[in-house]
Amino acid sequence: MGKMRCNKIQTDGFSFRLVKNKVFFCFVIFMSMIAISPVFFIIIKLIIKGIRQINLNFIIDVAPNTLEAMTAIANGEIIPGGIANGITGSILMVLLASIMAIPVGILTGIYLSENQDKIYANIIRNISEILQGVPSIVLGILSYLWIVINITKGFSAFAGSVSLAIMMLPLIIKSTEETLKMIPSTIKEAALSLGVPYHKVIFKVLLPTGLGGLLTGILLAISRVLGETAPLMLTALGSSVVNFDITKPTSAVPLLIWEFYNDPNLLDLVWSSSLFLMGFVLILNIIVKKMANKWRYC
Amino acid sequence: MNGEKITKVVLFVSSLLILFLAAGMVYTLLNGAIPAFNKFGWNFIFSSEWNPTEGKEEYGALSFITGTLLTSILALLLCIPMSFSASLFLGEYYKNTKIANILGSMVDLLAGIPSIVYGLWGFYVIKPLIVDLGFNEQGFGIFTSALILSIMIIPYATSLSSEIIKMVPNELKEAAYSLGATQQEVIFNVIVPSARSGIVASYILAFGRALGETMAVTMLIGNANIIPKGLFDTGNTMASVIANQFGEAEGLKLSSLIAIGLLLFLITGIVNSIGKLIINKLS
Repeated sequence: MGKMRCNKIQTDGFSFRLVKNKVFFCFVIFMSMIAISPVFFIIIKLIIKGIRQINLNFIIDVAPNTLEAMTAIANGEIIPGGIANGITGSILMVLLASIMAIPVGILTGIYLSENQDKIYANIIRNISEILQGVPSIVLGILSYLWIVINITKGFSAFAGSVSLAIMMLPLIIKSTEETLKMIPSTIKEAALSLGVPYHKVIFKVLLPTGLGGLLTGILLAISRVLGETAPLMLTALGSSVVNFDITKPTSAVPLLIWEFYNDPNLLDLVWSSSLFLMGFVLILNIIVKKMANKWRYC
Repeated sequence: MNGEKITKVVLFVSSLLILFLAAGMVYTLLNGAIPAFNKFGWNFIFSSEWNPTEGKEEYGALSFITGTLLTSILALLLCIPMSFSASLFLGEYYKNTKIANILGSMVDLLAGIPSIVYGLWGFYVIKPLIVDLGFNEQGFGIFTSALILSIMIIPYATSLSSEIIKMVPNELKEAAYSLGATQQEVIFNVIVPSARSGIVASYILAFGRALGETMAVTMLIGNANIIPKGLFDTGNTMASVIANQFGEAEGLKLSSLIAIGLLLFLITGIVNSIGKLIINKLS
């Protein structure tokens, strides 16, 4: 495609149009830069304010209470303690959510890609897309009504992970379906013509071929739920100790950020735990991007 | 043959789970909201009274519905110049170049930043700025939350509309160039008209995102249970009132909050369905 930006011949008579063209171009560049500038501002702010607190103790200690923080501030020291209860809680809940969401998500994705044009499949596809748009706080309410009230009879890691799992489901369904759709049907037909049974075609041919795409979708879903705060406030509540009992209240890194934010004495920890969370989520995002480029799934 | 049947049944059952999940969600929300709707009827939607005092309990969602719509519409308006520019950058000016790839990754990163981190940044950086500029005294309010929301929804508005802009056929553009149009004229007279419905759909979907955002808004809107009187007034959105008051709620108040959740669910569902409908018509 040739560059046909300006029409030199008519420059004299139409310079106003050319100026307008240039001005608009500058506007587009300027606004695009404004649009992405928060990424830099936020990361720089987090690093400047938060890096001081990040050390080994930050990862292996539990969150301090207000009193410990006040003494440390009075003595001019950095606040002791870390976010170990949040890290373990986040891992526990995301792991549980993955165990629930990945099998159902992948199987439903396979179903949708195998039954493209059925009315029923279309309904499921639309439902999945509507689920993707449900605000996370509403999922928190639902998990509260289902799990906190009826099953664990109290705030629990399990309730938190159910709300996260519902968030992950539509993302995994969609990425699975899109990935499988892109696998050439000749591969499947070749296996079928050799007399390979249907379940083996799916588990030994389709899934391994699309593995990269599936993993990308799963990682993306995990990176989306890692930073979720609102549904966990209504379900997992938070805890000041490391907890691996899924029927007990549990903390998570975003929940700790919320607690630190609400306690003026723990303010310094807000920045370091946000930096930790951001760093983790961004690294996941970059891995997803690299994988997506490699597997040509977007 | 048996294995094939089992596989098909397993796949079908898992899709059935999605159906049951969605049905269960609607049922649970409706069921939980019934006491509030029974007590207040249509007044629940059209009253702005929010009084948790025992004995005189009175709950209406109007101020939260207005708060949600105001912040989201304002966020959308603020987002349009930024995301329209970014999608032109990605889909037209620097189409398929390395620099577009970098900008695209940056826009994607915006979607990766957790809501609570946006809230912190808004609280410690944007709010003081608003105070310094003299817009309002405490810095909280509709405008501050809408500003942060507008940044949060940029990626959702940009990624789809840049794809659509990219797909505008070259022949159309070249025809306009050969008539002597400048690039800006091509954008407004060729690209925008032919990509219009796709661009509109992407903004509708971004609007749907803004409606349900919770944490950042909760931290910035000021949490006042009133109908905001101006753009710099404090207020509450449907999501933020749930986040703020769900913890200590029981009885009628809990039911009212669930009813607000149901309304939020319905509104976002409708907005997203309209967006998807436009997109499905395109392809």
